[in-house]
Amino acid sequence: MEQKYLINCDHVSKAFETPEGVFQVIEDLNIKVRENEFLVLFGPGQCGKSTILNTIAGFEPVTGGEITVNGEKVTKPGPERGVVFQTTALFPWLKVMGNVEYGPRMRGVPKKERRARAQHYIELVGLQGFENSYPIKLSGGMKQRVGIARAYCNEPLVMLMDEPFGHLDAQTRYLMQEELTRIRQLEKRTVIFVTNNIEEAVYLADRILVLRNCPTSVKAEYEIDLPRPRSYTDPEFLRLRREIDSVVDHTL
Amino acid sequence: MKTKKKFNKYMLISVISIAVGIFVWWLLTAGLGLVKSNILPSPDTIVHTFIKKLYDPNPEGGTLFVHLLASLQVALSGYGLGIVLGIPLGIIMAWYPRIEMTVRPVFDLVRTVPGVAWIPVMVSLAGIGLLSKALVIFISAMVATVINSYSGIKQTKEVHLWVGQTFGASNWELLTQIAIPSALPMIMTGCKIALGQAWTTLVAAELLASTKGIGYMIQQARGIFRLDIVIVGMIVIGLTGAALTGLITLIEKAVLKGGKY
Repeated sequence: MEQKYLINCDHVSKAFETPEGVFQVIEDLNIKVRENEFLVLFGPGQCGKSTILNTIAGFEPVTGGEITVNGEKVTKPGPERGVVFQTTALFPWLKVMGNVEYGPRMRGVPKKERRARAQHYIELVGLQGFENSYPIKLSGGMKQRVGIARAYCNEPLVMLMDEPFGHLDAQTRYLMQEELTRIRQLEKRTVIFVTNNIEEAVYLADRILVLRNCPTSVKAEYEIDLPRPRSYTDPEFLRLRREIDSVVDHTL
Repeated sequence: MKTKKKFNKYMLISVISIAVGIFVWWLLTAGLGLVKSNILPSPDTIVHTFIKKLYDPNPEGGTLFVHLLASLQVALSGYGLGIVLGIPLGIIMAWYPRIEMTVRPVFDLVRTVPGVAWIPVMVSLAGIGLLSKALVIFISAMVATVINSYSGIKQTKEVHLWVGQTFGASNWELLTQIAIPSALPMIMTGCKIALGQAWTTLVAAELLASTKGIGYMIQQARGIFRLDIVIVGMIVIGLTGAALTGLITLIEKAVLKGGKY
């Protein structure tokens, strides 16, 4: 049976021209993402994980190979690919409601309809009561909740998450991982999630791709079949964690 | 509660320091007579002159109110025109590379010339009426607003533009809905700086070429050794400048609801 793939990165490579010469970031990368799959890209420090997401999002063009999303070749950013950014990229001049309803507003969805939808997602991420707050008043975790709600509200086919919890303190990070699992059980989405935290990877993923250091490509692949919600101290969890960790290129 | 207490304490110290300053001034002049009144008049003379100038047009021919009104008229018309043209110019210069290439070299030449240096040219072009001074102020105000709106737009975060692109915003929507709102704090700063520039340039222009205005009053009083009127003029300039700055700070607070980002 032919498996349906939503995203297909086919022999993708990406190089940057720098004054010191050509800098190869991605080389011969092949990724296939199934519908409704939670795929984690896990790799060391500066191995080009964000660049992979940026090429799938369409922010940066590939220099070799081809990326298709839902059968269409990626050439520029589009609403079917929602992005949750590393640093919270909320608009500080808009309230929480204004940020969350931004996508539908750009597409011309009538006010009443988009307000109702935005309200739904604000409640989904647990921010009811903060609709009229400006981002400056919110904590780091709350801002990332808004970022997730904003991406969800545009109803993309796939969510691209670039280390969304990387800047949060450990406590908030655990909480947000639980929250993301809860949100995704309520509304299934295809997710590509980039992280350099092994615990986070095993906690969230349906499947983990371990990436090589620069120039990057897939080094190993793990299906994670543990039932959800997962426990960080479950013996099988710890075994997987150790096993994957032993495969990773360690860098300073 | 605590911040309020702190604020009161701050206010108290400010008031005391101003009061001490005035007291020392009084002591040097009227109190001990160390400084002669034709070099530095005493504070009570200043208060007396101030009250008198409210209704008495002598010696130079206008009450304080007439002079202030004339100055405000010049300053605000030049300033208004400067920011109305300067803000859009800075924005399009930063957003459209072709306009940047064409306009920026000219602008870079103009901006290094201090506003005051334009006075002789403007006077010979437009006389010593309202127009010449308004033009000088217009140039100084516009330079400040252009520079600040230009850098504000240039500093738009790439990630914010990316967010707009993933939501399918057009180039025009990226400019009006992302770049301009994110440049607003800088644009407001530009308006503030421009106001300061406009006010200083005004006084300089009036000292050189005018028939009324606070600067004119100071210049005339200096000619007849009425230092008390000179100081009254200085105080009025300072207070009006502070009031205008206060006003624009209020506008800034109302516009930037999401804080300074």
